[in-house]
Amino acid sequence: MSGLPFHRRHDVRLALRYVVAVALVLVFVFPIYWLFTMSFKTPDEIFAFPPVWYPRAIQFNNYRVLFKDGDAATVGNSLILATVSTFFAMIFGTVAAYSLARFKTGGENLAVWIISQRMMPPVAIVFPVFLFYVWLGWVDTYVGLIILYTAFSLPYVIWMMRGYIEDIPLELEESALVDGCTRWAVLWKVVLPMARSGLFATAVFTFVFAWNDFLFALVLTRTEVTTYTVQVTHYFGGQSNFWAKIAAMSVLGTIPVFVAVATMQRYLVRGISMGAVKG
Amino acid sequence: MTATAHPDRNFKYWLVSPAIFLLLLIGLFPLAFSLVVSFMRITMLETDTSFAGLVNFTQLFKDSRLWGSLFHTALIIAIALPVELVLGLAMAYLFLDKMPGRQLFVSLLVLPTIISPIVAGATWRLLFDNRYGPINQILGWFAGHPVPALWTVNPNLVYPAIVFCEIWQWTPFMFLILLAALSNVDRSLTEAAEIDGARFWRSFRFIVLPAIWPVMAIAILIRGLDLFRIFDIIWALTEGGPGTMTETISIYTFVQGFRQFETSYTAAIAFLVIVLLTVIVTWAIRRMGLAK
Repeated sequence: MSGLPFHRRHDVRLALRYVVAVALVLVFVFPIYWLFTMSFKTPDEIFAFPPVWYPRAIQFNNYRVLFKDGDAATVGNSLILATVSTFFAMIFGTVAAYSLARFKTGGENLAVWIISQRMMPPVAIVFPVFLFYVWLGWVDTYVGLIILYTAFSLPYVIWMMRGYIEDIPLELEESALVDGCTRWAVLWKVVLPMARSGLFATAVFTFVFAWNDFLFALVLTRTEVTTYTVQVTHYFGGQSNFWAKIAAMSVLGTIPVFVAVATMQRYLVRGISMGAVKG
Repeated sequence: MTATAHPDRNFKYWLVSPAIFLLLLIGLFPLAFSLVVSFMRITMLETDTSFAGLVNFTQLFKDSRLWGSLFHTALIIAIALPVELVLGLAMAYLFLDKMPGRQLFVSLLVLPTIISPIVAGATWRLLFDNRYGPINQILGWFAGHPVPALWTVNPNLVYPAIVFCEIWQWTPFMFLILLAALSNVDRSLTEAAEIDGARFWRSFRFIVLPAIWPVMAIAILIRGLDLFRIFDIIWALTEGGPGTMTETISIYTFVQGFRQFETSYTAAIAFLVIVLLTVIVTWAIRRMGLAK
């Protein structure tokens, strides 16, 4: 290729990059395509050999069944649990992060202890928590799971928000204090607006953690607050005729996350990169 | 009152107290609780709360299924983590230079990472189906004859199946973080196009890698921790089977606690896992130079 003039080489390179990019997208998106299209297939199409690559017509029967049987309500449970726990984790986490960032509360030791809580494997937490919740009568309740999700997300929220708050110039807060604002007012009117994009990014990730959780919900729910992730696994088993339900339920549970991420996208890329840089 | 005399002093503690209360409630209290339970002999049938000494802990060392599960976990980490890292880095280089439609490509590529892991596992279970799944069909085109591979049952194929799913879901995460890291490196150093291979490797090794290492190390740590606790994907694909062949430490702990109801013994396992992880993470943080 060295014989080619520079701009030709550049074109060839760009074309090659597109070929590889398209191939990668095909590989990474195909499973999602398969899941989504399966949710619109008829039983005949799902159990066709050789496999059918796209449904002949879009039909919503697989979804209709989920709503008729009430299974779709588990998406509502996931929504309640993830939203409420994100709300509390953001409030408690952000004020704690502010304290750590501005007053160095507890020094570096407290900060390290908090992040070390994030490293605990869920399976090691959920077992003692289960015994504890049986005693409290919190198994299969919203309260139990919301407290667990909130606590489990806190280290992440505190760690991320501490980084964002440290980036805000101290002078702004000082001048607000001089103007006679209370500490709370400074937090509400100066710090939170300044940390807005960080708040959004952190909230989306916190929401997604809670939304995607399976293990905690598997252990701590029975029938009342079953999340959609647990519901999907109820269709596993010997009989393969639940495939349509697996696909439709999965799509129902995936759409809210896709929507959340899509609407917040501009904050997320910054959130990921900054979070990683800050550690 | 002191509260009004020194408003700041109490204010900062008020701010952290709800978070610390919750962390103690969910983190420390159950941990202490399980440590106590691990010295007893409680099973779901037997609520013998007399102290059994170290019985459960000596049992840990004799439990070959436990060590097997730790080995399976290590095996999955050892394969998936390097692949995700290298593939993610290669993809980050591919999309580093501007190209029309780059944003769309990146958005599509990160989709697997947002999906719930249990759904990712379920999706691949459908894809891997020996008769109605598309993977065997596609393999059949290349092989020229039908491929009836039993991906989630055949002992030789279960690990590839799990690792494929894992790599599919989490390579985009590595890709996104490394793309951000590479974008922050001086453009002239990352130009792969105009310089030859040898010079590219030298500049990567001595300039680019040190620049992106802090971010890369954290990405490796995060993924390593997540892989250590891998549960959902395996639960959806194989439930630890065939037999106990793909049982990871999380799966094994779950089975002991909630299928066999060995309450005290599970508490001992959970305690071992926490100690083990603390040691490994501390070592990794020092080793990677992440400690300040």
